[in-house]
Amino acid sequence: MENAAIYARAGWFQATARQRVAGLLDPNSFTEFLGPSERIQSPHLHLFDLPSAFDDGVVIGRGKLDGNDVLVAAQEGQFMGGTFAEVSGAKIVGLVRAARDHKELPQTVLLLLDSGGVRLQEANAGELVVAELMRAIVQARSAGVAVIALVGGKAGAFGGAGLTAATCSRIAVSEQGRIAVSGPEVIETNKGVEEFDSKNKALVWSTDGGKNRRLIGGADAFAEDSMEGFRAAAIALLAKVPAFNLKTMQAEQERLAARQKKFGACDDAVSMWRVLGIKDPEAIRDMDGWDFAALASSIKEANHDAR
Amino acid sequence: MTLDKVLSGLFPSGHDVKANAAGIIIGTAKRKQGEAIAVIGVANGAALGTAGALPLAQEVLRVVAKGGDIPILVLVDTQGQLMARRDEMRGLNEYLAHLAKCLLLASQQGHRTIGLEYGKAAAGAFLATALATDFLIGLPGAEPAVMDLPSMSRVTKLPIDKLKELATTTPVFAPGLDHMAQMGAVAEIWDPHKPLDEQLEQALKKASPVDTRDELGAQRKGRPMAAKVAKKVIAEATGRRDNVASA
Amino acid sequence: MLTLKFNHAAKRRLAGKQTTAIIGVVASGNLEVLLERLLPGANCEIEIATPVTGYDATWKAVIDEFVERFSPGGLRISINDGGARPDTVFLRLMQGCALMENV
Repeated sequence: MENAAIYARAGWFQATARQRVAGLLDPNSFTEFLGPSERIQSPHLHLFDLPSAFDDGVVIGRGKLDGNDVLVAAQEGQFMGGTFAEVSGAKIVGLVRAARDHKELPQTVLLLLDSGGVRLQEANAGELVVAELMRAIVQARSAGVAVIALVGGKAGAFGGAGLTAATCSRIAVSEQGRIAVSGPEVIETNKGVEEFDSKNKALVWSTDGGKNRRLIGGADAFAEDSMEGFRAAAIALLAKVPAFNLKTMQAEQERLAARQKKFGACDDAVSMWRVLGIKDPEAIRDMDGWDFAALASSIKEANHDAR
Repeated sequence: MTLDKVLSGLFPSGHDVKANAAGIIIGTAKRKQGEAIAVIGVANGAALGTAGALPLAQEVLRVVAKGGDIPILVLVDTQGQLMARRDEMRGLNEYLAHLAKCLLLASQQGHRTIGLEYGKAAAGAFLATALATDFLIGLPGAEPAVMDLPSMSRVTKLPIDKLKELATTTPVFAPGLDHMAQMGAVAEIWDPHKPLDEQLEQALKKASPVDTRDELGAQRKGRPMAAKVAKKVIAEATGRRDNVASA
Repeated sequence: MLTLKFNHAAKRRLAGKQTTAIIGVVASGNLEVLLERLLPGANCEIEIATPVTGYDATWKAVIDEFVERFSPGGLRISINDGGARPDTVFLRLMQGCALMENV
């Protein structure tokens, strides 16, 4: 791959999956599995007169992150919204199962999620593959594999991708990264604009965006929107990963119950941040990345092992 | 079938299973030979939000903390995740994933988990409940769906007639219990005219933490590629190498 | 979906050591190009899968010009088109060749 320095400052948000893999990992360390020459494509898209991708929108393989051996899966958010489908999802499931079952393989999996959820044209296969992935992640974690989600692309991590992220050991998110279940437009269509005005960018951002997720403990690290930013966040997260067991799940139960209670009366994110003890919650939006990351590190609810 | 009929069919010897006003089901029941089984779920087509996911997960953790190997039955009749800005703001994805993780933990700790969909089952709530079990059963009349056809038509910009036509040639996208069975998601569809308690006993024997849904989907010709692709990834990861220049 | 195939005898084989390269993304207005150094001599094969019909002549013109200017001899080029304009197609083909010319 070409000069890594050129890519370091390059944005993550705008990048393709392949560019992210190249920018995240150590130079020339990546080997792809089931690459595009193998043409393992969707068997269903042609029924809808839709073009396929040679890799069905997911790049998987192994490489090095700061000298550590890792497995990587990156979703291409620009292809069919990065959605989970029969083949695209099976590639990721296979990768996690490989780590789970083969100790000689890297015991860290980086999931570069960039997905609107399940591919509607293959809805049943997509939904099911998310369930298989969640089970595989839990089993892998129990076997000592660290599974780290990186969220910062245009498609975000919605639906099945949002649930997948929250199944991982650790999550890094950028300001542009959004994590949620139902998208704002879907909520607006179903419940009305009073429930969620999906055109109100500030509202969308403060509800689903990376800064909110980081502050309330829905993400464990905040990354600058660049290759270097996600690299640094991923390397930091590698160091300490919670075990998956009863104790962790009991701690998460307490954490989520406390959150429910704490924010029960809050009508918007700014009021949640006020409850967290942030003196000037209105300033969060325009706060620069460094200052924000430092602030987030000081919030008790944002820093936990209960995942 | 109504929840009451499902419960009385499954547990003729008795149960204390109830659904509260929000449709959250929690209770304990007696199996055919008298052994206990924990029961959780969502009833009345209720939507599953942060408030509902918490007590369900708590009950699963209570069962796991107790030790032993008491199985868990997850009854599902839900319209899907709650569509609410405030729930999303508070991290609904974490709450739903937490419920799924607790069920997966239970399975790993020796508690067989059985899902039984008897009504609706959709999207995120489906993932958090029915799809997080070892063995998923459908009762005729159940309507699992990732998304309803009219919404799918709107999002994909395909006319609904075209979708309906396509749905007759492939089980890969349209709602329906038969499709889910063909995909490998639903292990079996029960006969409501045969005793449910005996069918439950048989299901408990078949349930296992090993995920063979992709193999099942291949056998039933619903998912021709998933199992093969996952295996191929493992083969390549543990075997040969390929190099591709890309940008 | 429509499939188009073009065979050419380029002036010479493309330089470089890369055996495979991929560029672009299948998205609206974009395309994905897979290049494989597989063919003997200076033969070149281009196969295109596209959901947009009626542009056969345009594709032929773009491919003809690309082959003439860049001589991608020895390459099998496969395209998944998301509805890209001719200039984007040309750009991706050029970018693909540049990757293949790496040593």
